[in-house]
Order: sequence, then C-alpha cells, then structure tokens
Amino acid sequence: MATTTTSVPSAGPVAGSRSFLAKLREGDEIARLITFLFAASVVLLTLLLVFELWLGSTLPRHKFGFNFFRTSVWDPIFDQFGALPFIYGTLVTAGVALILAVPLGIGAAIFLAELAPTRLSDTLEFFIDLLAAVPSVIYGLLGVFIVVPLMRGYIQPGLKSTLGFLSLFKGPAYGVGFLTAGIVLAIMVIPYIISVSREVLLSVPRDQREAALSLGSTRWESTWQVVVPFARAGIMGSIFLALARALGETMAVTMVIGNTPTISASLFSPGYSIAAVIANEFTEATGDLYLQSLIELGLVLFLLTFVLNGAARLLIVATSQRGSGMGNT
Amino acid sequence: MRRITGFFLVALAIGGAVWAQGALSINGAGATFPYPMYSKWFDEYHKKNANLQINYQSIGSGGGIKQVTEGTVDFGATDGPMNDDQLKAYQEKHGSGILHFPTVLGAVVPTYNIAGVDAALNFTPDALAGIFLGKITKWNDPAIADANKGVKLPATDIVVVHRADGSGTSYCWTDYLSKVSEEWKTKVGKGTSVNWPVGLGGKGNEGVTGTVKNTPNSIGYVELIYAESNKIPYGSVQNSSGAVVKASLAAVSAAAAGAAKDMPDDFRVSITNAPGNASYPISTFTWLLIPQKFADATKRDALKGFLKWALGDGQSYAEALSYAKLPKEVVAKEVKAIDKIQ
Repeated sequence: MATTTTSVPSAGPVAGSRSFLAKLREGDEIARLITFLFAASVVLLTLLLVFELWLGSTLPRHKFGFNFFRTSVWDPIFDQFGALPFIYGTLVTAGVALILAVPLGIGAAIFLAELAPTRLSDTLEFFIDLLAAVPSVIYGLLGVFIVVPLMRGYIQPGLKSTLGFLSLFKGPAYGVGFLTAGIVLAIMVIPYIISVSREVLLSVPRDQREAALSLGSTRWESTWQVVVPFARAGIMGSIFLALARALGETMAVTMVIGNTPTISASLFSPGYSIAAVIANEFTEATGDLYLQSLIELGLVLFLLTFVLNGAARLLIVATSQRGSGMGNT
Repeated sequence: MRRITGFFLVALAIGGAVWAQGALSINGAGATFPYPMYSKWFDEYHKKNANLQINYQSIGSGGGIKQVTEGTVDFGATDGPMNDDQLKAYQEKHGSGILHFPTVLGAVVPTYNIAGVDAALNFTPDALAGIFLGKITKWNDPAIADANKGVKLPATDIVVVHRADGSGTSYCWTDYLSKVSEEWKTKVGKGTSVNWPVGLGGKGNEGVTGTVKNTPNSIGYVELIYAESNKIPYGSVQNSSGAVVKASLAAVSAAAAGAAKDMPDDFRVSITNAPGNASYPISTFTWLLIPQKFADATKRDALKGFLKWALGDGQSYAEALSYAKLPKEVVAKEVKAIDKIQ
C-alpha cells in the first residue's frame, strides 16, 4: 500500500519529569505501550511474511537461482520453472491500467473537488465508494461478458486498422489478453484514484485558492496551477494505491488475460500474471518443486510491490519539495 | 425473541444429544470432480447411520494427496492416481501404504464453436493431438475433414482453449493425448497442469466453456457431466478399435469394463484409450485414497462399512448425477481389496 504519513507531534517533554510508575497509573504509558505493540505487529507481520515466503521457496531458489527470473518456460511435468512471462504480464497489465486510469481518475477528482456543485460531488462520491467496494469477481464477469466481446468485435479490429503498424496492436484478436486485462484493471482502480484524490484536493487550504484568484487567475488556472500542485503528493499516493491493487489483482485478471505464459510486444496477445497463476495452480500443485516455485512467485510479487512502493516514496519525497506536506491521504 | 431463544435451546439440545451419543466424524479432502457424488453419498449414508458423519472438502486432487500424506485428514480423493514417488513418500511417513479405490467414472469431451458449422464433428486421435500440439492450425485440415465427410469446414485458424487451473480434467485429457501421440508424450506429458504448446487458458469448466462460446473457431475440452448439465454440444472421438463413439455414461462404463481385465491389484490404472468397440476413449476413474493402517479401529470399521455401501447400493445414485457406474468386475475386485485395510 502506498500510504504516506505525516508525523504527529508527540506529547513532548511535559510528562518527562514524572516517574514511570505515575505515568503508568495515569494510563498514558499503558496506552503508549499497547499502541506501540499494535504498530509493531504490522512490521512483524511483514517480516514474518517475507521469512515464510523465503523459507517456503528454498528448493527453486537453490535449483534455478537467478535463472528463475530470466527463463520463460513454466512446465510442471518436466520441472522447469521460469517466472519471466508472469512478471512481464503483471507489469504490463498494471502499466496499461495506470495509463488509462490516471488521467481519467485525476480529471474526475478535479471536477468533483473543484468544479462540481457540492451536492453533485457528494452524490457521485457515494457511487464511487460503492464502485470501490464491488468484489473483483464481478469486475471479472463484466470483463468476460462485456469487455471481451467488445474488444474482439470492435476495439481490436479498430485499433488494428488504424494503429496496426505499431507492434503494440498486432496479431489475432482473441478478445482476451494484456490490453483487455489492463482495461478491466483500469475500471477497477479508477474509483480509488478518484476517491483519494478528491479528498486530498478538498483538503487544500482555502487561502491557496483565494490567493490565486485574488492575483487575477481564472478558476481553472487556480485549480491547475495552484491546487493540484499543492496536492501533488497525495495524488501520487492515490496512484500508488491503485498500482498496488492492480499488481495484486487475481480474479478479474485471470478471467480476461488468457492465462498463457507469453512475452509479446503486442497488447492483443494473451498473457498471464503472477497472482493469476498462483491462484490457478496452487491447489493442484503436487510436486514439492512445483509448489515451492509458486511460493517463490509470491515472493517475487511481494518484492515487486515493495520496490515499486519504495520508488513511489522516493518520487513523493522528490516532488513534494515545491509542494507541501499534503501527503496525508 | 422468545421464539428465537426457543429455537436456540432446541438446537442446543439436539447438538447435545448428538454429542452425548459420541458421533463419529471422519474427515476427507481432495478432488473436486466427484464432489457432488461424494456429498450425496455421505449425506445418504449419514441418514442410514446417524452416528457417522463424514466430512469432505473439495480442495483439489493435489491438496487431497498432500493432506492425506501429512495425516491431517482420514482419507483423500484424487482424479489421477498417486505416482510412485508420492506412494513412497506416504510409505516413509506412515510406515504403511495407502490404497486406491475407484468410486465412479467420468469422461472428458471436446467442445467447439465453428462459425457456420452445426453438425456434430468426429475427431480422430491424430486430429486432437495435432490441434493441441499446434500442428493442425486450420479447421479444413485433411486430418479433421477426412473424418467429417459431408461437413463443410471453413479455412479459418483454430483457437485452442485449455484449462488454466490445475485439474483432473486436464489430467485425463493429457493422459489420453500422451497415449495416442508419441510427440505429445515426450514434449508435453500428462498432468493436472502442463506446459501447453498453444492456446488460451480458461479457469474451470465454466471458463473453458465461456471462452469457447465467445471465440469463433475455437475448440476446448470439458467434463462430460458439465457438458451434459449445461447442454453444451460436443464431438465424438474415434477409439482404439476404430469406432467413432459419442461420450455417454454407457460408453464410459464400457471403457472401464474393457480395462477391467488387466486391472492391477492397486487399481492405479488409466482407462484412457481403452479397448472395446463401445468404449469412449477419454474416460477416467476417480479414486478414494484410504490408508492401509488405521490407529483408530472404530474409524477404520466405519470407513470400511461406508466403502462397501458405496460400491454396492451407493452406485445406484451415480447415474442421476451423470457419473458412470463402476462395472461389476471392478466392484468385485474392490470389495476383496477392502479387507486389506487394517
């Protein structure tokens, strides 16, 4: 999760002079200890998770080593396991989803927060929250019954006849594939981006807008040049929340991606993602090496999320120099 | 409110009564394919023997084998027999073996969707292997057309659809292809998940069916039961005697009877490509995995009693649920094998 935090000012040295016992009796210290334990459990859980995944994937790590990331054959019968097509599929589908969802989501959030009347904004917000709560299998069904036939019948032939010279849009139009999975993911993550970005935009202090307006800027200029840059860090946070969801989404992706471990420049090609292959094959994975390879895939997904989140934090730090501490999402 | 309380007390009283009788519960886990059959059996048997409660979790064949080996369940169930390594692992862990008991039969059928073709198609083994190997790529290929004289097949590309999730259905299908095609056997092999040379993956029978329905000029495979209960048209397959057979419960039982003569004592046998004119070639047993030695004698006797019933009266429930019954020869042999459980 790409959460951005602001440090809450601590109670300060007021309580410093009293004895530990007195503090304990007052309850401050107890509350501090208990909440500290709760906070620490998050770190502990994460470490435990990595440890378990690491331990559970001993066999393939020793057998394949770094080749696990470089090879693309996934053959449970002949015990050959390579993760590359799954990593590729995960990144490509999440990438397509973000490319589609970010402009749409942020645009909608700007409208809702800055331009729409409050009543309309609040009503729409209700529907957006509803959308965010829809289970992913429903989005998968939507994908199978609506997006896939549309893709095969209209969008893919259309893209092929207009942009077919690009290698992105080549090959037979099955309807399922990277592009379809990316579109379904985009539909799924847009509510997150809108909802969080809207909140962030709404919490930009009024003075900022008024200052801009008083300097003679139009409404749009004040929104685009003052409010949005001010909220940049928070908007980034919403995007990385969306990215995390897109990377880990399982059910909706497996229903529309085609479930074939391929690496292809064409977005029409069927593919596979890490989460989808784990969900599909885990129950029937009989051999130890097979099962542990699936667990190593889980580790890879974890690391992928970790690295991308780390990058996100760096990006936020780097870009929020000019902005402010509006990172609280 | 009072009514709810009353209901609660009655429920508690019943629960208490059952508890007091010391109801025996036996836990199993494994294959999803026979789950409707097993849950019907356990339910019916529970009606006859109120003291015995058999619980079954359909977590998949792989999970069934794993859990019974770990000893977390009393018995397992699988759509593909345990291999020698798995048997050895069980033997090493428990110091005694595990027995396979075929319970009912299933079959896998080819289903397709070709624009402008309504006729039921016939498939030769070579055609199926060729299509799934990606060597036959057009519907009007002579390998398909020659077996379907009079049907006008289009010159379009074939889209292959297979199961994406690990499944006993895939095991049966790939087991068959391994038997009829040397190239399939060496290049791909048989298993619940394989490295498919071509095609799209669909999740579950419904995923494969959905993809085939939505994709023009595609071919996939689903369980016979699934195809029957959802009225999905499917093709016939040429068997090892050269006869073209459409899958049916009778044709599946015939395949089992054909294989019964050479049935090994441990029942670990594949009946794909079985001999016999009436045999449907893509058929399979599904097995219960019962430990040979039980520490708990009451559990052992209860399970033996259930097995005898399932192989006898229990078989009469099979056809209503679209499973094929075991042939007499196999039942007779299994009843003898029950005595091996100690």
